[in-house]
Amino acid sequence: MSVPSAFTPRDWSSHPPQIYPEYKSTPLRGPTKPLVVLPQTLSELTGPVYGQDAVGPLDHDLTKLAAKNGEPNGERIIVSGVVSDEDGRAVPNTLLEVWQPNAAGRYIHTDDQHDAPIDPNFMGAGRCVTDGAGCYRFITIKPGAYPWGNHYNAWRPNHIHFSLFGPSIMTRLVTQMYFPGDPLLELDPIFNGVPAASRQLLVSKLSIKLSEAEWALGYEFNIILRGRKSTPMEN
Amino acid sequence: MTAKENLKQTPSQTVGPYFSYGLTPEQYGYNYKQVADNNLAEADGGGERITIRGQVFDGNGETVRDAVLELWQADSQGRYAHPADLRGSNTGLAKGFGGFGRVGTGTLPGHYFELHTIKPGPIGDGQAPHITVVVFMRGLLNHAYTRIYFSDEAVANEGDPALALVNRSRWDTLIARRQDSGSVVVYQFDIHMQGDQETVFFDA
Repeated sequence: MSVPSAFTPRDWSSHPPQIYPEYKSTPLRGPTKPLVVLPQTLSELTGPVYGQDAVGPLDHDLTKLAAKNGEPNGERIIVSGVVSDEDGRAVPNTLLEVWQPNAAGRYIHTDDQHDAPIDPNFMGAGRCVTDGAGCYRFITIKPGAYPWGNHYNAWRPNHIHFSLFGPSIMTRLVTQMYFPGDPLLELDPIFNGVPAASRQLLVSKLSIKLSEAEWALGYEFNIILRGRKSTPMEN
Repeated sequence: MTAKENLKQTPSQTVGPYFSYGLTPEQYGYNYKQVADNNLAEADGGGERITIRGQVFDGNGETVRDAVLELWQADSQGRYAHPADLRGSNTGLAKGFGGFGRVGTGTLPGHYFELHTIKPGPIGDGQAPHITVVVFMRGLLNHAYTRIYFSDEAVANEGDPALALVNRSRWDTLIARRQDSGSVVVYQFDIHMQGDQETVFFDA
């Protein structure tokens, strides 16, 4: 039997700091004491397993999942990519959960009081599971920018929230996908909290290959999770 | 997936304030099934049923109303429902105790969270019974890992190799306090993001 090898550590040169004062919710919420580093036991080498049976047939199509009497407003897009680890190994059969505002920049969440219309045909949540090659694909509406209270005239760039599991609870990742060429990116303290060398990893690429003629533009967003420290022994 | 230098971990980003309909839609009243909720105990055939209850506090000592917590734990016999646990425990979500739960802090008065589960058994490697907790919230740029230990496992806690890495003065932040009240066993476990009682957060 193979014994699972340990995971590579979280790469703190790629992740944001615990506190980034320009994002004003962080100074009272980010941990201030150093993290205590644990050896990886079975508790760290395992995690929840969700396969294809965890998603419904429309979960990957946000334009249909919550439609009541028509298509949602906005620009239909395809978002697709590969989930792999740091060594380029595909991460198959892993659950992705996404959520986003509608084309007008309004979340359906009741806390969102931005004065922009709710779309009766769009909830903005979806899920899919990567295939054997680590590929995933969503159909959705391009999310709108919206104001937030971080500072005067603060606007979030267009983004989609992503949540992933990977092979263990330690490979868990929650992140946000942005769109290429968005002029709001350089003004956004959540995006800018990421070390400069890694920011572009959060920006999807327009892909004609993923686009479908006469129907929807495609955006490619590949996601890299923590890898294995060594290859597990086979046989 | 070609250039090696591209294979840097995708950076973490905050879960933000509006995760509820994506991660915990049923709890918050949205018409969409969620993959995991605050009841982990449904399918376990044995073990002690427990409730874990608490609040999350920010650096001002105020309760956090927009956090989401995840739990990952072994079953009552100390086995994880995962292929890496080689002891025949891979029961799968449909057949047995999945061991994964998720709850937001925005639906109960006082911003409490409540999780209904089975007290995990020792996994057999010298560690005391424990539950892995993952914390997400607006203003938290990287999800935070901590552990729940149990106040009625004092002997096991003394020998726990993970607790041994933690300054003794901070153990209380990791140990849920057992409160037997009638037929319900409640463990109180609060999470403090900052301050004198800042919870011990782990990296592994």
